[in-house]
Amino acid sequence: MSSDIANPTNTTAGSVAAGAGTTRPEAIRRRRMPPEFNIFLVLIGIALIYELLGWTMIGQSFLGNQQRLTIMILQVSVIGIIAVGVTQVIITGGIDLSSGSVVGLTAMIAASFAQASTWSRALYPALTDLPAIGLAAGIVNGVLIAYTRIPPFIATLGMMVSARGLSKWYTKGQPVSGLTEQFNFIGSGIWPVIVFLAVAVIFHVALRYTRYGKFTYAIGANMQAARVSGINVERHLVKVYAIAGLLAGLAGIVTAARAQTAQAGMGISYELDAIAAAVIGGTSLTGGVGRITGTVIGTIILGIMTSGFTFLRVDAYYQEIVKGVIIVAAVVADVYRQKKRAKR
Amino acid sequence: MVLSPQTMAAVRQSGAIPGAEYLLSAEGVRKAFPGVVALDDVQFKLKRGTVHALMGENGAGKSTLMKILAGIYQPDAGEIRMKNQAIRLASPLDALENGIAMIHQELNLMPFMTVAENIWIRREPKNRLGFVDHGAMNRQTADLFRRLNIGLDPESLVGELSVANRQMVEIAKAVSYESDVLIMDEPTSALTETEVEHLFTIIRDLRSQGIGIVYITHKMNELFEIADEFSVFRDGKYIGTHASTDVTRDDIIRMMVGREITQMFPKEEVPIGDVLLKVENLTLDGVFRDVSFEVRSGEILGLAGLVGSGRSNVAETIFGVTPATSGTISIDGRRVDISSPTEAIRNRMAFLTEDRKDTGCFLPLDILENMQLAVLQDRYTRAGFVQEGKLARDCREMSAKLRVKTPNLYERIENLSGGNQQKVLIGRWLLTNPRILILDEPTRGIDVGAKAEIHRFVTELARQGVAVVMISSEMPEVLGMSDRVMVMHEGRVTGFLDRAEATQVRVMELAAQ
Repeated sequence: MSSDIANPTNTTAGSVAAGAGTTRPEAIRRRRMPPEFNIFLVLIGIALIYELLGWTMIGQSFLGNQQRLTIMILQVSVIGIIAVGVTQVIITGGIDLSSGSVVGLTAMIAASFAQASTWSRALYPALTDLPAIGLAAGIVNGVLIAYTRIPPFIATLGMMVSARGLSKWYTKGQPVSGLTEQFNFIGSGIWPVIVFLAVAVIFHVALRYTRYGKFTYAIGANMQAARVSGINVERHLVKVYAIAGLLAGLAGIVTAARAQTAQAGMGISYELDAIAAAVIGGTSLTGGVGRITGTVIGTIILGIMTSGFTFLRVDAYYQEIVKGVIIVAAVVADVYRQKKRAKR
Repeated sequence: MVLSPQTMAAVRQSGAIPGAEYLLSAEGVRKAFPGVVALDDVQFKLKRGTVHALMGENGAGKSTLMKILAGIYQPDAGEIRMKNQAIRLASPLDALENGIAMIHQELNLMPFMTVAENIWIRREPKNRLGFVDHGAMNRQTADLFRRLNIGLDPESLVGELSVANRQMVEIAKAVSYESDVLIMDEPTSALTETEVEHLFTIIRDLRSQGIGIVYITHKMNELFEIADEFSVFRDGKYIGTHASTDVTRDDIIRMMVGREITQMFPKEEVPIGDVLLKVENLTLDGVFRDVSFEVRSGEILGLAGLVGSGRSNVAETIFGVTPATSGTISIDGRRVDISSPTEAIRNRMAFLTEDRKDTGCFLPLDILENMQLAVLQDRYTRAGFVQEGKLARDCREMSAKLRVKTPNLYERIENLSGGNQQKVLIGRWLLTNPRILILDEPTRGIDVGAKAEIHRFVTELARQGVAVVMISSEMPEVLGMSDRVMVMHEGRVTGFLDRAEATQVRVMELAAQ
């Protein structure tokens, strides 16, 4: 992120401009902060408010309690894993409503193969430790969106409903339990957080430094221009939705492993939390804008909100009300920023 | 004195208007857009009961004037008078209330509503309870259609009508406002011959009722058939008004193009090599047919024609954006199958599109990213990772060569001027190292300095042996830059002109048959 400022291009290109007879010193002086900086300040602000309220209301430190922060991060890790995929989908100008249901479906199927008594060890690890079901759901989403040109909202809404139905039908609504140690391992201790951070790092690098990332931004910024530039838009969209499905599937496995059981109702409304995390982190629903770093911060903001309210013993109802307000405020801020930019 | 629209409406209804010579007049009208003066001190006078045609090349200012009269644009200066009363048109609604209705070229109807609902929208007859009275609305529509001799069912859905019938609905809607002035923007562009006849009957009928009609067209024969008077515009300036019985077709063409070519074009003779691109009988059903031409290495082929003649469509088809329905494309004498832009780029073609915003720039991205996106397909990557250092170095070199004016390459492209955006896009294509370069309106809406620079790059590329196809609506640009000019009219090639024989009049004759 800091490369924007540190890169020596500033001076070379500046002198080219000078050579052409138009120096714009005011423009050269304008240093760009990484876009996540503001949202990071919001995170710090929220934490400090809780700290203050903690001392005045109940005489305890909010940040001082390591265990609470660890639990908070653990709780949002699953949302974070999904959000990394959803962020990429939103950058292409799309949306994925199916991730919550894909969490449930993958959890059920993976867990059923990971039951200690099961006959299907031969399929290990494809269906147990690898989120193959999520990947399949993502590919279906992507193919529908890219080749039939139906709106992403509709395609993933269909997947959301069907995948949920499928996970209920799979065991006729019965929970799956008695899972192997190997399977539960990925949900134990700090592992969900490690998976979350690893996924975030991988896709941060992919978005910033690979052709895959460049094409993802290009498609969201201007699909027609991307096509004219020779990018195979359809094939790329399938990739992006497949990755989002894969990550939702991974989140499903982590969820089941953490709970050491799987239920058809797992992951309900996770897709909305993931979208919220991406949007709070600065990903624009109009496409072409967004970063994984922002999404990670957005995820932690969601976590800290819940954790803080619980810490202050605020009623759960209020929590939801405030969460909704924050999501809308983030989008209003985004729209306002874009308007300001358009005026320049 | 400026009267409010409401007052004007009341005055009109009372019929107490002194018999003014002109129904609608505009004087000293000026309108500037960023980077271009679209209208400069223009006048226009419409007599009662006449059809008045507006003539001019692309970008002459006809559409801008019309949009000012319809209240869509606000003029920077000038006065508009309706029946000798000064009026202000702040919105299309103002224009309607002042008795000016416009029929748009792109039809503004709601497809999922009925014909009657479309016509009376915002003015629906209501019953005593305040609900829409559909019976009355359909009766009113039927009356209106009888008057205009239109045979449509008021209750049919607009979306199910043919384009011609939708056009009729638009006209009926405009007439239903009982307007004094009707503005029609190329109303026949989508009509068949019999439909055009019907339209002309309606127009003559309206004219005999004392309505003034402003009629925009590119078609010379329509002018003589329907217009009583016409005004010619050129480069945003008013040239003159004449009765259509006083002039010949050649007179009008001369008025439309009669400018001195003052801008200097750096046309240099460069050696012209072998045929690089050869297009034979290229057809895209319903858009253009049987387009054949060839371009040699080092040659600049100008592509002229009025907007809608199919020039840009030919370019898009050659580049694989809209693959052809029939015909062949050969490069270096070898037939190629170009079914997508990816394929075209692989064959070392490049295509600078007409609309920078819609199909060119990635507005939220920075200059560097905008420049590199066409080249990442098969170069500058290793195992999927972009070779940032090497790429940034080459982009920087390119932007210095093209003299993109920016403090650094991390500036968002939307913060650049049009000319600099265009240079970045040219840079995007030059990085692909093309042998065939298709330019669609390469200098539209950019300032004179950047324009001259772009012309210089194009010439330089031709010298290096690139075959260039350049589409342009600017006659001086086409004539100044091209070795040969191909002219299109309504989806067909109407002729080729060598540099020596290409004059504005010759091109215009081929373009507006």
